[in-house]
Amino acid sequence: VTEQTTTKKNSKNRSPKSPWLNFKLLLGLGVLIMAISIEYLAPFFWDTDMAKVGSAPTNMVPGWIEADKELGFKDPSAEHPLGTESNGRDMLALVLVATPRSLKVGLIAASIGILVGTVLGFATGFLGGWLDNVVRVLTDAWMTIPGLAVLIVIASYIEELNLQAMALVIALFSWPGPTRVIRAQVLSMRERGYVQMSRLAGAGVLEIMFLEMMPNLLPYLAATFTGGVSGAILAATGLEILGLGPTRLPTLGMTISNALRSSAILRGMWWWWGFPIIMLIIIFISLFLMTIGLDEIANPRLRGAR
Amino acid sequence: MSGLTTKYVLKRIGMFILTVWLGATIIFIVPRLVPGDPVQAMIGRMITEGVNVENADVIISTYRERFGLNDHILIQYVKYLYNAVTFNSGYSLAFFPSRVDDMVARSLPWTLGLLFLSLILSFVIGNLVGALLAWRPTPKVLKLLLPISLTFTSIPAYMVGIMLLFVFSFTLDWFPFAGNYARDVSLGWNWAFIWSVIKHGFLPAMSIILVSMGRWALGMRGMMITTDGEDYMILAEAAGLRPFRIFWRYGVRNAILPQITAFGVALGALAGGSVLVEVIFTYPGVGHLLYQAILNSDYTLIQGIVFYVILGVSLAVLILDLTYPLIDPRISLERS
Repeated sequence: VTEQTTTKKNSKNRSPKSPWLNFKLLLGLGVLIMAISIEYLAPFFWDTDMAKVGSAPTNMVPGWIEADKELGFKDPSAEHPLGTESNGRDMLALVLVATPRSLKVGLIAASIGILVGTVLGFATGFLGGWLDNVVRVLTDAWMTIPGLAVLIVIASYIEELNLQAMALVIALFSWPGPTRVIRAQVLSMRERGYVQMSRLAGAGVLEIMFLEMMPNLLPYLAATFTGGVSGAILAATGLEILGLGPTRLPTLGMTISNALRSSAILRGMWWWWGFPIIMLIIIFISLFLMTIGLDEIANPRLRGAR
Repeated sequence: MSGLTTKYVLKRIGMFILTVWLGATIIFIVPRLVPGDPVQAMIGRMITEGVNVENADVIISTYRERFGLNDHILIQYVKYLYNAVTFNSGYSLAFFPSRVDDMVARSLPWTLGLLFLSLILSFVIGNLVGALLAWRPTPKVLKLLLPISLTFTSIPAYMVGIMLLFVFSFTLDWFPFAGNYARDVSLGWNWAFIWSVIKHGFLPAMSIILVSMGRWALGMRGMMITTDGEDYMILAEAAGLRPFRIFWRYGVRNAILPQITAFGVALGALAGGSVLVEVIFTYPGVGHLLYQAILNSDYTLIQGIVFYVILGVSLAVLILDLTYPLIDPRISLERS
């Protein structure tokens, strides 16, 4: 996907500033940093203990709407501005606790994926030979396997999955993408002029890898990483919705899963599944913006495309 | 069939076998690497869910015997592969004496129908949108409107499904909440039944189409821009061909090829996503069956279904690979 971009910027408007000062990239990054820092900031302005079962009245509507008493909803109160769900959890506390946690799963899994992918991609693309053939075929086959289905089997066998274990399991399927992208890039860079030059100048393999190629690979690495985080969060919430995630600590997927199991859609309790979904959509869109921004950095030619 | 060389076909079939074997092996090995075994996990889950389990030891040892968990791991693996090759997934634990294969076969048509239709539709619509976005004669208004269709790209299908369900089933009451057809129509090729199936399948299909469409549109736009710079496009224009013909036969025809490859790669993820869509809409396909299996800790059923999902996706990719040379004759150049 890295080859594809979507700007409408005209080449005339291109200013000589650093390509890293990309609006989409910075916007996405800013939102995500905010989402991560919620974990440390939230306790200062909200009682996050209210994310525990039974710490608030049940079925309370969000602050700005009227409660339908016939459906058994309670009138809103200022103590629970986003309402509460059927197990007596405060929705605001729940979202504040769950958002950074869901993001973390994605970050861990994608980090492992990009690490393995970089090592394999570099080794195979640069060194070539039989190892390259084996890894390439393996990567292609692995990519065809429907990841979520396999993850379901694995997760269902593990009695109590914690956050780290889930990230590790998801990482099983987050390495083939990066491996493929990086191998392709390394293959094309290997033959470029500046690499050939430094080879002629007597640079060693490691020197070429880290000093010549790595800086040029950075935008690709970063774009693959943000794509990977998005994919990992998607897989994690998928598992959680099927009831296979960590059950002790709330995550966004688990909250949606609870809502579905309590038929919140049929009961009209949109705030139960709505707020976690809004948070996930914000995360996904931020990651998507970052990926697009990084693509534009990596392919300056496409930046000026009509 | 000029593009299809024996070497190419053999290569693709080899890839297919490798993928299925790899998938089957992962779902065999990884669960055995984690501490504990499925039986203990099952009993543990029952206890945490408040089921009173008496004689847990006896149950565990009986189940171990039935699963063949006391055999050497290699013997287990060989038995497992043999069963996979002979399509024998055994009996369901929770719905004994139903056979896993029969249960999958019963729900498969619904999943295939839903997936096939929605994936094809999203591929066609998405590529058309992408191509129009990159085509100069496209009206400005359309170019501004089209990107709106891409907003769903980064959102998972099941989330769109939940929102569609809330808006169109709960609030507006236009579509049914769950199931595949109304229970009061008779099965068969009559209009009432077909209409009911369409009504029930519409929202699940829409949620898959809306999210996967954008991906094709984005890719197609990129490809069309690249194609636009090619010499044969300029030549076609200079030759005075009609713009529509240039767009269709020269632009789209060439830009679509990598998209088909991308379709094969994305198939696995899309199939996985549709599992969740079926769960959200209680659509009685394979995904919903899998959800039931998870709720009941039915390990043979889970493993059986997932094996068939892997097999199905790999088979679809194989078919796609084998038809590809017919669309792109350049593949035949591999011969030389």
